[in-house]
Amino acid sequence: MKTIKEINEKIRKGEAVVVTAEEVADLVEKKGLKKVAQEVDVVTTGTFGPMCSSGAYFNIGHSKPRIKLGGGVCKLNDVPAYTGLAAVDIFLGATAIPDDDPRNKVYPGEFKYGGGHVIHELLEGKNVSLEATAYGTDCYPLKKLETAINLKDLNEAVLFNIRNCYQNYNVAVNLSDKMVYTYMGVLKPNLGNANYCSAGQLSPLLKDPCYKTIGVGTKIFLGGGIGFVAWHGTQHNPGVPRSDNGIPKVPAGTLAVIGDLKQMKPEWLVGTSMVGYGVTMIVGIGVPIPVLDEDVVKYAAARDEEIFTQVIDYSNNYPNCIPGSLAQVSYAQLKTGKIVVQNKEIPTGNLSSYSKAREIAETLKSWIKKGDFTLSEPVANIPGAESGYAFKPLKQNPSLS
Amino acid sequence: MTSKRIVLHFPHRLVDQPIVYKLVKEFDLKFNILKASVTPQEEGLMVLELTGKKENFDKGIEYLNSCGVKIQPLSQDVIRNEEKCTHCGVCVPICPAGALTVDQESRKIIFHDKKCIACELCVRICPTRAMEVRF
Repeated sequence: MKTIKEINEKIRKGEAVVVTAEEVADLVEKKGLKKVAQEVDVVTTGTFGPMCSSGAYFNIGHSKPRIKLGGGVCKLNDVPAYTGLAAVDIFLGATAIPDDDPRNKVYPGEFKYGGGHVIHELLEGKNVSLEATAYGTDCYPLKKLETAINLKDLNEAVLFNIRNCYQNYNVAVNLSDKMVYTYMGVLKPNLGNANYCSAGQLSPLLKDPCYKTIGVGTKIFLGGGIGFVAWHGTQHNPGVPRSDNGIPKVPAGTLAVIGDLKQMKPEWLVGTSMVGYGVTMIVGIGVPIPVLDEDVVKYAAARDEEIFTQVIDYSNNYPNCIPGSLAQVSYAQLKTGKIVVQNKEIPTGNLSSYSKAREIAETLKSWIKKGDFTLSEPVANIPGAESGYAFKPLKQNPSLS
Repeated sequence: MTSKRIVLHFPHRLVDQPIVYKLVKEFDLKFNILKASVTPQEEGLMVLELTGKKENFDKGIEYLNSCGVKIQPLSQDVIRNEEKCTHCGVCVPICPAGALTVDQESRKIIFHDKKCIACELCVRICPTRAMEVRF
């Protein structure tokens, strides 16, 4: 019905009709699918939650004399960065923590500072200390380097997150009689609380559940700036059970995303400490969905009432890979503040900020309306449910070691 | 009747005095200890809910002042750093006092500081460490 080229023409002229994923649901209810598909050009989505498989690579420039960080050790504000690359390229992961962090030795550990916090401070314009040691070569003689780096001085600073934007996620509960400390937050004993982590009806991959428009090369809101979908994310798992509306009922698709860190904002990439678990980073992502036909609108208009997920025990089942859902709940139920599991009413908490997700969808909408942000044509598809692509457990084979 | 949640700071010289006992005995005040500790510098700290007749309550506070106990209203002790809070809501089911709730319209997290009992559970579990203690 419409092409991305036609939609971009309208965006450039400032005539595009752009609505958020929340607004499109209301519109469809009022006007019907057909009319909305004709009138609306783009639906914007958003999500703002902790995403551990995130990080950034940097080229710090050559020192005089030269140093080869590859094979050496490099720390940014004491947080170790990966150096197994060329001379002055490093990668800093969001979950990296200083070597002298006590971790969980005093249980539960606090995990006050790590890679996610360093990335956030770089975006704030702060100087970050760099300490490196290398083995020295004829062409790279320097063996020790101590300096301060600043984002603006780096050659490249690129956010490259290999798994973000999980399409749906578990609700975590604790069936045991002890407190457990997880990446889903603190879970009180005997079903004391239920934590979830999704923007539900605003979440990008829940609004394009069959990856009809989102693909490799899709231009997105990333960390307050512009980024792109680089690939499907790690653990991408499209072949899971889905509702009749195509929406997965368990964690499914994921995205790998990339973008120039220098144009991102500290507000949308925030270092995060999960007590007893570790450090991570909250990432803000918004994906525009071009309204190509009625099907796209139908998917994008799904409401929290129609999006379901599973309640999983994180005291024993999750850590030991024991499958089984304690209950299926909708995001509408989760958002009321309580759900019922095993006849017990449990208060819910979200790890993913819905109000920030809404702000991202609104920001992306305003960029597109102003004509600042045009849509990109995906250059390759993300593997769908029919592809056979699946997320497999580790084949543990000690006899090969 | 007056009922207030207050924070008492006891200087070193008062740490071994039965101050709260006097509040009960002489001023007929009811108390509920929400938190008590003695720091390594031997300063005593107590978070108290104090209830009684207005007249007695005021006299009790006067007595505390005259002993040299510093009094601070509780709502100033645990504060939310608005710049750091991302309004995720993971603190909501953890708070035993119902001092953290979700606004159903804006989906923002409201901190009702008057309900806060300064247990500090939210301080540790906040992913961005936006809840701060200012005793």
